[in-house]
Amino acid sequence: MWEIFEKAAKDNGLVTAFAVVGLVVFVSGAISRKMTFGRVQGSAIAILIGLGLAYLGGRMSGGTKGLADLALFSGIGLMGGNMLRDFAIVATAFEVRPEEARRAGWIGAIALVLGTILPFIVGVCVARAFGYSDAVSMTTIGAGAITYIVGPVTGAAIGASSDVMALSIATGVIKAILVMITTPIAAKFLRLKTPRSAMVFGGLAGTVSGVTAGLAATDRKLVPYGALVATFHTGLGCLLGPSLLYLIVRALV
Amino acid sequence: MIIYGTALLAVCHLLGILSGDLLGHALGVKSNVGGVGIAMLLLMTSRFYLHRSGWLSATSESGVHYWGALYIPVVVAMAMQQNVVAALRGGPVALIAAVGSVVLCGLCVSFINRMEPEIEQPTEGE
Repeated sequence: MWEIFEKAAKDNGLVTAFAVVGLVVFVSGAISRKMTFGRVQGSAIAILIGLGLAYLGGRMSGGTKGLADLALFSGIGLMGGNMLRDFAIVATAFEVRPEEARRAGWIGAIALVLGTILPFIVGVCVARAFGYSDAVSMTTIGAGAITYIVGPVTGAAIGASSDVMALSIATGVIKAILVMITTPIAAKFLRLKTPRSAMVFGGLAGTVSGVTAGLAATDRKLVPYGALVATFHTGLGCLLGPSLLYLIVRALV
Repeated sequence: MIIYGTALLAVCHLLGILSGDLLGHALGVKSNVGGVGIAMLLLMTSRFYLHRSGWLSATSESGVHYWGALYIPVVVAMAMQQNVVAALRGGPVALIAAVGSVVLCGLCVSFINRMEPEIEQPTEGE
């Protein structure tokens, strides 16, 4: 009986994912209304539940892709993978008002540069404080603090060891998860109300996944504005990490 | 036809990713540079022109809106496949570096957004 059920779910991976995610979103909506009286957004709760399930999935399978590593839920990997994620982000651009985006263009660019350099400095300093004194390791960990893609790309380019790479990826993943969770909580403090503020946030907070999930849990209308800027984050980081930033760190060490 | 909207979205997506890859290649970076952002700009532009010439019917538009609305469920699925176990195992270096950069960037966001001129009237146009 169970085998038949598992086979059906496996053979229809993406459809199973739609059903599972729909159920999680439904449960989160109910928790939001009944237990927090709408004070905590349903999507924020859904993302938290998702992260919890990812932990369980990772523990049970020993893999790196959370729940998606369990055969039963392999469709989650497709639904939440880069292809559909980017497809859905691009679709949200349909609701962007171009004049709003244009007005915040330059401040978004400044935020983007700051959002690349500041986390890098923090990462490098923390690495140094914990005894990583060679330029390659410090740069790789610093790059991981930009996003979890910049970290390994930089590390691979300058020849970092695999444990430093793992550390750098972990830094980026923790950062993305922190942004997802803390954005709706800190939305007032961050003044996340207008398209312009969302673009500043997108530039500074980095990581498309963190920014878009955080904004989705705060105010869905702001998602495209944040994403528009955040999507340049990884590219800029991969551009500067192994080149300019590495040379600066090497000169300083 | 609803597929026209989805096809428009798909074409913008592919052209954007392609330009991002080419840009990354030209800059000598092993990654896509702003592909999704370029795709978003393409979609915004094509919507603007198609709208003006009246080529975009409401049905076609719903082929894009559907995917935009699926955004949050997709993000939930994305959360479900994060490597949370490894993130928690990363130890103090990863945790402190991540918390430090999030806090610092948060302060910057708050600072810059407080400078925003208060001209944002809730103009619910369209």
